[in-house]
Amino acid sequence: MSGIVYALIGIILAVTLAGCGSAFGVKIAGQAAAGVTSVDPSKFSKVLLLQLLPGTQGIYGLLVGFIAMGKIGLLGGGNVDVSVTSGLLILAACLPIAVVGLTSAILQGKTSAASIGVVAKKPEAFGKSMLFPAMVETYAILALLVSLLAVNGIQL
Amino acid sequence: MAVCKMQRMNIFGLQEDRKAILERLQAWGALEINIPETDSGDGLATMDTTASRQRYERRIQTLQQALEVLDRYAPAHKSMLAGLAGKDLIEKSDYTAVCARRHEILSAAQTVLNQDKEIGERKATIVRLKNQLEGLAPWMTLDVPMNFRGTRETRFLLGTFPGLWTQETLLEAIAAATPDLPAQDVTILSLGKDYAYTAILCLKADAQALEEALRGIGFARPSQLTDKAPSEVGKDLVAQWKAEEDGIAKLEASLWEAGASRRDFEILSDYFRIRADKYAVLGTLPQSSHTFLVSGYVPADQAKKLASDLTDRYHAAVEIEELPEEEEAPVLLQNNHVGKMSESLVKTFALPHKGELDPSFFTTIFYIFFFGLMLSDAAYGAIVSIVCAVALLKFPRMGENMKQSLRLFFWCGISTTFWGIMFGGFFGDAVTVVTKTFFGHEITLKPVWFAPLEDPTKLLIYSMLFGLVHLYAGLLLKGYMYLRRKDFVGCFFDVVCWLLMVTGLILMLLPTEIFYSISQMEFHFSPALQQASKIMAIVGAAGILLMSGRGRKNPFLRLALGAYDLYNITGWLSDVLSYSRLLALGLATGVIAQVFNQMGSMFGGGILGAIAFIPVFLIGHTLNLAINLLGAYVHTCRLQYVEFYGKFYEGGGREFQPFHQQTNYVEIKEEI
Repeated sequence: MSGIVYALIGIILAVTLAGCGSAFGVKIAGQAAAGVTSVDPSKFSKVLLLQLLPGTQGIYGLLVGFIAMGKIGLLGGGNVDVSVTSGLLILAACLPIAVVGLTSAILQGKTSAASIGVVAKKPEAFGKSMLFPAMVETYAILALLVSLLAVNGIQL
Repeated sequence: MAVCKMQRMNIFGLQEDRKAILERLQAWGALEINIPETDSGDGLATMDTTASRQRYERRIQTLQQALEVLDRYAPAHKSMLAGLAGKDLIEKSDYTAVCARRHEILSAAQTVLNQDKEIGERKATIVRLKNQLEGLAPWMTLDVPMNFRGTRETRFLLGTFPGLWTQETLLEAIAAATPDLPAQDVTILSLGKDYAYTAILCLKADAQALEEALRGIGFARPSQLTDKAPSEVGKDLVAQWKAEEDGIAKLEASLWEAGASRRDFEILSDYFRIRADKYAVLGTLPQSSHTFLVSGYVPADQAKKLASDLTDRYHAAVEIEELPEEEEAPVLLQNNHVGKMSESLVKTFALPHKGELDPSFFTTIFYIFFFGLMLSDAAYGAIVSIVCAVALLKFPRMGENMKQSLRLFFWCGISTTFWGIMFGGFFGDAVTVVTKTFFGHEITLKPVWFAPLEDPTKLLIYSMLFGLVHLYAGLLLKGYMYLRRKDFVGCFFDVVCWLLMVTGLILMLLPTEIFYSISQMEFHFSPALQQASKIMAIVGAAGILLMSGRGRKNPFLRLALGAYDLYNITGWLSDVLSYSRLLALGLATGVIAQVFNQMGSMFGGGILGAIAFIPVFLIGHTLNLAINLLGAYVHTCRLQYVEFYGKFYEGGGREFQPFHQQTNYVEIKEEI
């Protein structure tokens, strides 16, 4: 029975840590974007796109959390008996996206801010500058993948 | 799917045709001016055109400033989508008509600027009047001029006492300050927060003593004195203020009327832009006293037509020559409808350098495929396609880059719809949720292929398979480039060996336990095939090890280079794994959509439930579509630029920049 507590801790870690990371990353990029917009408002849409890039980790965390919640029956699927082992398994499965989501979103935010600097000086290099933050995101995607496959694969 | 072949065109003409020929070239827009370095002493010199160019640039600035003023006083109705509309096409005759009136239009623009300046001055005057009125306000109740000095026997003193006073305290303070002086008449005009304003009448003989005594408690005369009663002065000031405001209203009305000539200003500024460009080019041309020379790059398919046009019209001597082998020509991409769509994606990365293949066509195909797989929702795809189609139909004159991008995303939308149907996604699981919540019996949209959420591993394996196809395509393109250069050795060792080794390794991996435990797919290969796969891998690896450093004489260095190249197999591993983002992003779209559907359905069924469901549904799916569009765009680009181009494409070419009519507002229809 108490397994559900562990599972929920895992879910909360995935959602909150990845969400915090994204909030941080979007904040860092947003400050740079605001600076650029104050000088040249016409670059608004470009820098906004760059600001949004570190926002995806929060979504990945939510995604894993949502699937795990469905798994343990928290989404109105009736009571599922979660053993301690399964609860701990779900907690462990949530950790990759929680940890990597937190760190990669902050780092991606910094990279985004640097790319926003590129757009400020050379607007024509917008396409190239968008790739740098996307590189950082790769690792969040890999973590998401492992979390997803692991949550999905756990037999209750 | 090709880089346009360039030739060099040399045009020799007579001085008298100089401007006409340049204008013709500008209208054609097919020649990139490039004057080769010549030895001095051939009697040719360039002309200094800076002065005339600057004159045109000043005029452009005048018109541009006038347009800004008009934007303030007579704003044109612009929709939010105006940016898509592109430049209007105008008839040559309309254009020449505007150009003929250029002095008139320029002076109209100057008038607009002067009127704007006058409005500014009048506004400054109003501020000054307002300050004067404010300064006068406490004295308003005085009915003699402020500089009134008194009568024959009396002195009139006007002044302020600092501080917050009431009538009594002030009179007491004055009486206390002047105990030994006979009566004086103190009129309190007004009491402010910081000052009390008074008028004092006394005998002439006492005036000096009184003023000194009052100064002891802070009495001070006002700095500015009017020679009329303050109320009259106030009336004058208000009248002046009114007059200034009337003047401003008149000017604004006239500026509003001037809004009608906005079009003239725009066209004329484009006219000066074209002329400024022409003079810039003129300044680079070598000229003798009777002739001049233009030289530059021209796309081979237009060279003949342009040459005969110039010879027929102006009797210019035109010669076309092939470029020497070592010359880096500017790059102009030339593609069919499919390839054109991703030319701007290719340009964003880099244009092909000399001898390289233009990857636009393949980029388009894979871009559409992967984009759809990442977004993978039938409804989202339909929305994207419809929006792009409407924009394309509504704004037929939008800029070329924008048009091609929208066409690309139209097809991406179709592909998204296709994958949505394959995976059973329509606003996530909206069909299931809506039928369950509002109609009682659940209808599930059956995926045509399978639902990724139920079997993510299957989609993961397929993602990597699609990735492998993408990477192989890149490698084959590299092979094609080797073959085109007739470098058969390079083709074999750099392409075929890699193909052999990677394919062999994959065939070796498939029947193993590890692969089965990941994918639950069992492969039984005949011993012959297993043997063959081993041989393929070994032959490939040996070829790479021994021949990768074939340019080097030193056998050790050569082996070391080969071993280093062999190490790139880890690159292949990470490249293939990188395609797992196809699965991750596809799932993200579907699951977030499900979250919003679930949130909407929490309010239950019935009418009230539906009222709550609709806004949650609309806002949620708009957000989800926006963020996933961004994700799909960025990550599809990444797959192209890093994984695909990494296999065969370097880029580094310089874009072809023809001498053409570079305008801001209109395009001119030229008869060519």
